[in-house]
Amino acid sequence: MSLRDIKEFCIEKLILISGLASIFFVVLILLFLLREGLAVFQVVSPLDFLFGQKWYPISEPPELGILPLILGSLLVTAGAIIISLPIGVACAVYIAEIAPAKTKEILKSGIELLAAIPSVVLGFIGMVTIVPWTKTIFHLPTGLTALTGSIVLAFMAMPTIVSIAEDALYSIPKTYKEGALALGATHWQAIYRVMLPAASSGILAAVMLGTGRVIGETMAVMMITGNSALIPHSFLQPVRTLTATIAAEMGEAVVGSEHYFALFAIGIILFIISFFINVTADLFLHKKR
Amino acid sequence: MKRFLLCAVLTVAAFSMDSSARDNFVQIKGSDTMVNLVQSWAEKYMEINPTEFIAVTGGGSGTGISALIGGMCDIAASSREIKNKEIALAAKKGIAPKEYKVALDGLAVIVSPKNTVDKLTMDQLAQIFSGKITNWKDVGGTDAQIVILSREVNSGTHVYFKEHVLRKGDASSKEEFAQTALMLSSSQAIADEVAQNPDAIGYFGMGYVSAKQKPVLVAKDASSPYEAPTLENVTKGIYPISRPLLMYTPGEPKGTVKKFLDFALSPEGQKIVVETDFVPIK
Repeated sequence: MSLRDIKEFCIEKLILISGLASIFFVVLILLFLLREGLAVFQVVSPLDFLFGQKWYPISEPPELGILPLILGSLLVTAGAIIISLPIGVACAVYIAEIAPAKTKEILKSGIELLAAIPSVVLGFIGMVTIVPWTKTIFHLPTGLTALTGSIVLAFMAMPTIVSIAEDALYSIPKTYKEGALALGATHWQAIYRVMLPAASSGILAAVMLGTGRVIGETMAVMMITGNSALIPHSFLQPVRTLTATIAAEMGEAVVGSEHYFALFAIGIILFIISFFINVTADLFLHKKR
Repeated sequence: MKRFLLCAVLTVAAFSMDSSARDNFVQIKGSDTMVNLVQSWAEKYMEINPTEFIAVTGGGSGTGISALIGGMCDIAASSREIKNKEIALAAKKGIAPKEYKVALDGLAVIVSPKNTVDKLTMDQLAQIFSGKITNWKDVGGTDAQIVILSREVNSGTHVYFKEHVLRKGDASSKEEFAQTALMLSSSQAIADEVAQNPDAIGYFGMGYVSAKQKPVLVAKDASSPYEAPTLENVTKGIYPISRPLLMYTPGEPKGTVKKFLDFALSPEGQKIVVETDFVPIK
């Protein structure tokens, strides 16, 4: 074996290890979560944990029901997607189909910049602008609501949705559009009758990945959703999300207490949700090819 | 050989430095409420005793006490009393925590200056914060929904308020903050929200009160006088929501730990208490 071969062999294996590392880390994280989190089910049954309506983790005995937190996370996320999906897809259509080259460049870098803004900054801006606006517009007792969270998170989901939807639109064969135009369709008809349906699986993947981005967001929601662990009945109520709960309470939870285990169990729930979202997004992305 | 000798000398030096450093080094951990106060004490103390070193970290009262039990700190700062459960846990490890009352803190209940309500009884406070009274008109205000603001559960202030206002000091009580209460992550966040929301009510250490918030006068019960959260009223013990700020040592303090506690309780130390907006014990 020559020196060259040895070098080649080593590099190949190094790359292989790097490739496997991420999977290895995910497995380690999952094992750690399970080890710390499952212990909570010695004090509360899985059903009471998932569907309990009260979250008073530091009382004696603690009430560890996370249904309000799950619903809070889902509500804020759903709101964010409802807001960002039409705007994001419209933006992607404009960039992919209509905008002249120069505008396209400006728009794309603008969207990248939006993605680069730290979430705490968005949260802070939301706190001093959107929170008081929501309060006055809807005549609410407080502006710290699920809606406020959804609006700010929509800004965070937008870059993901725009860039993936735009990719999906680009990957449609040119012949589709040309065929539609040749049959006498207008540009708009070609877009919404041919291009958007053809790109639908990519757009769905964009939505799923946007959802993944939003549901894991912590700082901004913690600052602007009010964090009341109450089952939400409307967008205009305060909510507490899974992520904000972990972030707000982890500092004080005594290691080895029920509270500590419960926070890790919330971590497991978040892991399962993200896993499910990513798998669905993958399915949509692969369906396209 | 020379090199070996040098190594040996260095090692011995390192060891001897370590053991002498241990006597001069004090680790204080605990309450976030107290962290500014303790830090100010430590700075002043180290100015007077430059060879000694005091390290102060926050994390919360519970964190401090569990560090004390685990032997990870020399003094635990706490804004609540040690629980029986924790004393038992410490006893198992052969530690008998000794308590020092180092300062007092009055909790102000605050509303917006635009709010017409300016006095409440302890019972009314308990009912408001546990969600039984939900409208300002029931306590003499305008017809508007009350917005409850609370600190997060990691705060000693949250725990103190729950145990002494909501549960009125009754250990068997199951009273909780209303589920509708907004949980804010800092005293500053509560101050900001109260400043801009005329229907909000919150609580925090009296040092945080500014012109943008109005502290409510509080009475022990309907027949007692309403008192303001002022330095004087807390010292006299007539303001109903005040709490001791405590320090715990594992057993009888000695050396630097004792000197530091003596300093904190000295007139000079208590002057720092006033400067950091708390109430001196004497």
